[in-house]
Amino acid sequence: MPTILIIEQILNGLQFGIMLFLMAAGLTLIFGVMGLINLAHGSLYMIGAFAAATVAGLTGSFVLALIAAMAAAAIAGVLVEMLVIRRLYSTNHLDQVLATFALILIFSEGTRLIFGSFPLFLNIPDYFSGPVTLLGGIEYPLYRLVLIFVGLAVAGALGLLINGTRIGIQIRAGKNDREMIAALGVDISKLYTLVFALGAALAGLSGALVGAIQSVQVGMGEPVLILAFVVIVIGGIGSIKGALIGALLVGLTDTLGGVFLPEIFKLFMEPNAAQTSGSALASMAIYILMGFVLIWRPTGLFGTRL
Amino acid sequence: MIRERNLNALVLILLFTVPIWAFFNDQPFTITLATRAVIFALAAVGLNICLGLGGLVSFGHAVFFGIGGYAMGILAHHAQTYTPLMEAPFLIEGTKSMPVIWLVAMITSAFAALFIGMLSLRTAGVYFIMITLAFGQMLYFFSISWTSYGGEDGLSIYVRNEFPGINTLVPVNFFIICFVILCLVVALNAFIKKSPFGLALNSARQVPQRVLTVGLNPTHLKLVAFVISGVITGLAGALFADLNRFVSPTMFSWQTSGEIMIFIILGGVARLCGPIIGAVTFVMLEHFLGGISDFWHIYLGILLLVIVLFAPGGLVGLITGRGISHD
Repeated sequence: MPTILIIEQILNGLQFGIMLFLMAAGLTLIFGVMGLINLAHGSLYMIGAFAAATVAGLTGSFVLALIAAMAAAAIAGVLVEMLVIRRLYSTNHLDQVLATFALILIFSEGTRLIFGSFPLFLNIPDYFSGPVTLLGGIEYPLYRLVLIFVGLAVAGALGLLINGTRIGIQIRAGKNDREMIAALGVDISKLYTLVFALGAALAGLSGALVGAIQSVQVGMGEPVLILAFVVIVIGGIGSIKGALIGALLVGLTDTLGGVFLPEIFKLFMEPNAAQTSGSALASMAIYILMGFVLIWRPTGLFGTRL
Repeated sequence: MIRERNLNALVLILLFTVPIWAFFNDQPFTITLATRAVIFALAAVGLNICLGLGGLVSFGHAVFFGIGGYAMGILAHHAQTYTPLMEAPFLIEGTKSMPVIWLVAMITSAFAALFIGMLSLRTAGVYFIMITLAFGQMLYFFSISWTSYGGEDGLSIYVRNEFPGINTLVPVNFFIICFVILCLVVALNAFIKKSPFGLALNSARQVPQRVLTVGLNPTHLKLVAFVISGVITGLAGALFADLNRFVSPTMFSWQTSGEIMIFIILGGVARLCGPIIGAVTFVMLEHFLGGISDFWHIYLGILLLVIVLFAPGGLVGLITGRGISHD
C-alpha cells in the first residue's frame, strides 16, 4: 500500500471529521445547555446548503453564499426555537424526538415544495479549485484542505468563545445549573435562543461547505445528522472537546475503514468475498465503535452526567 | 367523552368490519390498506411494551421489524429457488409455511433483542435512544451490503406463503390472520400490564430504587420487556414482508423506527389501543393526504407537532378526555 494513498485517505478522513464536528458542536451545545435532542439539526444543515446554492447562483460570490447559509440557518433556528422548541425543554425526550422528527418532515417537504426534487449545484470557487502539491509530492484538492483549515479555525474560535468570553461562561453555567444562573439575573430564554442560533449557524455553514463537494438536495441532512449523533454520543453529550475528538474518530474510522478493511480482508480471503465483507464491515464500523465506547464508558469519552 | 375501554372495543370492531365490508363490496385495496394498518399496529403494540410500560425509548425497533422481514424473505427465497439454506453441518431447507417463518422470525428477534438489550441497558436516557439507533443503522448498512440476499435491491417473493387450512392468496383471509394475531397480542399486552411482572416493570420505570428494595432487579425486568417487545415487532416484520411479498433494507432504516414510534405517540403512550389508533390514523393519512398532495408529509409533520405540543395524551387522551395515562 503506497504511503501517498494512506496520507490522502487520512486527510480525507480529517476533512470528513472536521465537517462532522461543525454539525456535532451545535448538537452537543444544544443538548448540553438545554437538554434537548434536536433531530431537526439536519434540516438546518440542508437549509444552509440551499441558501448557499441560491445566493451563489444569484451573485456568483462564494463568500456571500457562506454568509447567507449561516444567516438563513440561524434565522430558521431562531424561528423554530421560539415557535416550537421552547415548549419542549420541560418535556421528556420522547416528545422532543417526535416534535423534531415532525420538524424534519415539515422542513424537508417544504424545501421540496420550493426547490423541487432535483439537486442543486454549488460550485467550488475558482480560487479554491484544483489540486495543490503538498510535502512529499502529494497532489490533494485545495478545497478539501481549505475545509480542514476552516473547520479547525471554527473549532478554535468556538473554544475561545466557550472558555474565554462572558457568553461562554453563561453557556457553561447554564449547562451545570440553569436555575442558579437564572437567579443570578441572566435571561435564560435569551441565552437558549442564542445557543440555538449559534448551533444552527454552524450547521448551516457545514451544509454550505459540504454542499460544494456533494450535491445540494432534500434529505441531505439526515445521514449527517445520524453521524453527528454518533459523534456526540462517543464524545460525551455536552462536551465540545468530546465532539471534536469524536468527530475526528468517526471521520477517520469511516474513511480509512472503507478503503483499508477490504484490503486487509484480502490477505486471508478470496478477493471477491473480501471486497463484500470488508465493505460491509466498513459501513458498520462507526456504529461498532460507538457500541464499544458506550459499553466501556456509558456516558461517552468526555461525558459527565447520565 | 368515551371511556377508554369502550373506545378500544369500538376501534377493534371498526378495524374488523371495514375490511369485511370491503370484501363483500369487492374493494381489495381497502383490505390491503387495513392489513397494512393492522401489521403496523402490531409492530407498535410491541414497541409500546418497552416504551410505554418500561419507559425504554427504543429508536431501533426497525432492527426487529427488519429481522422478521428478512427471516421471511430468506426462508421463502430458498424455498422458491429450491436451494438449501445451509448444507453443512446439517441440511436446512427454505420454507413457505407461515407458522415456521413466524417462529424463526420470533426466535431470531428474541436473540437479537437479548443481545442488544443487554448492551444498551447499560446506558439510560438519551444514550439509550442513541445506542438503539446505532444498532438499527448497523443492521441497515449490513443488509445493504449483504449481496447474497439482494443487497440494496431487496428480495422479491413471488407467491404469498402458506398457512395450513387457509388460502392466504385471498386478501381478506390474510387480513383475518393478521387481525387475529393483533388481538392475541393486545390481550397478551393487557395481561402483562396487570400481571406482577407488568406492575414491577411499571415501578421500575418510575422509581427503580423501590423495585430494588423489594429484591427485584430493574434491569432484568427491563430486559425481559425489551425482548418481549422485540419478538412482537419481529413477528410484525414477517407479516409485513408477506403482505408486500418483498423485503428490503428500508425495513431496517431509522425512518422505520421513527414511524413505529409515531404510531404510539399519535395514539397515546402506554394505552392498550393507542398504537392501533395511531397506526390506523397514519395509514389513513398516508392514503388520503397522499392522494391530495405529493407533499403530504408537511401535513403529517404539522399534525404530529400539534399533537406533541397540545395533546400529550395522543388521540386516545383527546377522545377519552384524560390527558395522560401515567406520569
